Amino acid sequence: MSSMVSRPRARSARRSKLLGSLFVNVALALICLLWTIPTIGLLVSSFRARDDINSSGWWTVLPHPEMVTSQTIKLDRENTPLDQPIVLTELGGATVSDAQLQAGTTLPSGQFVKWESRRQRTVAVQSSQITANARFTLENYQSVLTGQTADSSGNLRPEAGTNFGNALLNSVAVTVPSTVIPILIAAFAAYGFAWMRFPGRKILFAIVVALLVVPLQIALVPILRDYVSLNITGTYLAVWLAHSGFGLPLATYLLYNYISELPREVLESAFIDGASPFTTFMRLVLPLSVPALASFAIFQFLWVWNDYLVSLIFIGAQPDVQVLTMLLAGLIGSRGQDWHLLTAGAFVSMLLPLILFFSLQRYFVRGLMAGSVKG
Amino acid sequence: MQPRTETKPQQRAATEQGKTGQILLAILALVATFAVLWLGFGFLRDYQKTLPKIVTTIIAIIWGVGSVAALFASANFLVEQFNDQIKNAVRPFIFIGPAVFLLGWFLFLPVLRTLWMSLFNSDSTQFVGLTNYVYAFTERTMLEAFRNNLLWMFFGTAGCVFFGLIVAVLADRSNFETLAKSLIFMPMAISFVGAGVIWRFMYYYAPANATQIGLFNAVATSLGGQPQAWTSQLQPWNNLFLILIMIWLQTGFAMVVFSSAIKGISTDILEASRVDGANEWQVFFQIMIPAIQSTIITVTTTILIFSLKIFDIVIVMTGGQYGTEVVATKFYREFGVNRNFGQGAAIAIVLLIAVSPVIYYNLRQLGKQEGFK
Repeated sequence: MSSMVSRPRARSARRSKLLGSLFVNVALALICLLWTIPTIGLLVSSFRARDDINSSGWWTVLPHPEMVTSQTIKLDRENTPLDQPIVLTELGGATVSDAQLQAGTTLPSGQFVKWESRRQRTVAVQSSQITANARFTLENYQSVLTGQTADSSGNLRPEAGTNFGNALLNSVAVTVPSTVIPILIAAFAAYGFAWMRFPGRKILFAIVVALLVVPLQIALVPILRDYVSLNITGTYLAVWLAHSGFGLPLATYLLYNYISELPREVLESAFIDGASPFTTFMRLVLPLSVPALASFAIFQFLWVWNDYLVSLIFIGAQPDVQVLTMLLAGLIGSRGQDWHLLTAGAFVSMLLPLILFFSLQRYFVRGLMAGSVKG
Repeated sequence: MQPRTETKPQQRAATEQGKTGQILLAILALVATFAVLWLGFGFLRDYQKTLPKIVTTIIAIIWGVGSVAALFASANFLVEQFNDQIKNAVRPFIFIGPAVFLLGWFLFLPVLRTLWMSLFNSDSTQFVGLTNYVYAFTERTMLEAFRNNLLWMFFGTAGCVFFGLIVAVLADRSNFETLAKSLIFMPMAISFVGAGVIWRFMYYYAPANATQIGLFNAVATSLGGQPQAWTSQLQPWNNLFLILIMIWLQTGFAMVVFSSAIKGISTDILEASRVDGANEWQVFFQIMIPAIQSTIITVTTTILIFSLKIFDIVIVMTGGQYGTEVVATKFYREFGVNRNFGQGAAIAIVLLIAVSPVIYYNLRQLGKQEGFK
């Protein structure tokens, strides 16, 4: 008796569990789709020809029904008044009104007719066909990477403000040292704060922690003045120093948390063997801290690569040293309608971070967990 | 053990002489390092136009990265030449010195200098007292910027936390957790400027009878509506369309942190409450939310601070026009465009005051830590 009762109950429980899991998966898939569509749109557009981007949505690269004009009928311009029924002799003498042609109408024969030009009195005969505007080209990328575009006769002409190849190298030259320098300096400092005793240690470290969330806008005016008097604005060094200074509090704080947790015995045995603190640091502490160093490095790399404000202020109008974000922002300002250049340029600027992101994803998460506040 | 032999006077003199020689050598090494670095800098600055770009890039990277290592090594070499007492007293400052120097130069002193500058007129020649602050709190566009920043802080943070939590919970039970999390997290790798291009394209406006190539307007017109200029004409709602971009970018951050907090909840408690007959909503609101409360607070604070300083999205999307100005763009306009240093500095100080509760909180947390009592 009891089994007869419990079986349907178990089945309904299983069914509701199945429904629940279906709901979870469908809802999540929907959110993921919404989240990915903007990027997909950019990627697809960057491979489309200039005219295609401007004349149709990027989603039309997928097969979709579209009204295609199969025939154009020229009516007599003078003898076709619009306030009377219009006879289409070419289509078996069907009669339509001006309003019908404006909105488009289907004739009894199944043909769809619409004004192509009301003023010129031309009528388009259309039919619905499944098409895909899937013509792709690498020309946009060629234009933005070399700063040149081939015109219809194949001659190269310069495309103003689109030398992304140059800016890509600048971004690399700015980002790599701006990542390594603060990490190295912060690691030394973290080791000093964690394993050495010296006067002023607590107050100095408290200042580091207080500076964690200081907005960098505070620093821009005074630092720019210093740079002007040192005559280093618009150089790599200026940007390296700025990014290092602004990244240091978080780097020092995170690495301090990690390095101060290293096992005491390991370091002490090194000292007993006669190693100097410098040697211990280079040979023991740095290798042991690789996980913490790596996860901070990923974030610092992304922040610097994606930074706009710091470069904008300290590189300014120096076209030779411009990084990708500056060039892209400039392009938005000056040629905001040139989607073929904008989309390809944006994708060039995103390529390296995205590669880094997908290959190092699991370290990201560890880095996020270590500390989630940045100034 | 052998008793230590007395060093004879002349021997001592000899070692001291050797010592002095080594110290001189070490000083020389440090000076040489600086000299090489300076020459490298001059070379890069003067020749970056003539050399091929790829060559300067490589030289710059090697020079930039190598210089820090060389400075530490040569400074340490110098300290190692002295006797133990000096060595132990000076060595910590070799380790923390560069960090303290950079932090002092780039963050600590600027706070004081900006504070000072904010009391002067636009080119810092005349003391004006608190006039710049009166401007910062009363001027019309500043008030607009404050209002917009409040919108950003409220809707931006709420959106990120809300979606982050939903995705974290859904992903935990789905069949494609890793893929879903990667896709939501991916915008974190995209710059604001890049995101600006993406979303300008999404919001692109074409007149009603033209083909809509922006997705928002294509959807709007296919549903029978009129195309909208989402980020310019729909004031003040256009701010929300900009905030949407931040939610798109930052939800991944909230999701990752929530996700690992949820995984940290003991499965026993969850199982027990389900056995006791709690449905999934009850489990979520009465077990999960309280268990990850502190994580929610941390994430909310982080995103709040972040949204307070929002700059790039607004600059790229609207340039602060159409009633979308925020505090950071207003700062940039005063400081970077109008060269109005006094007012720019006052705005920066207002930003600092806004984050100061978090500074206080951080310091209190530090005070509780072992070794810093």
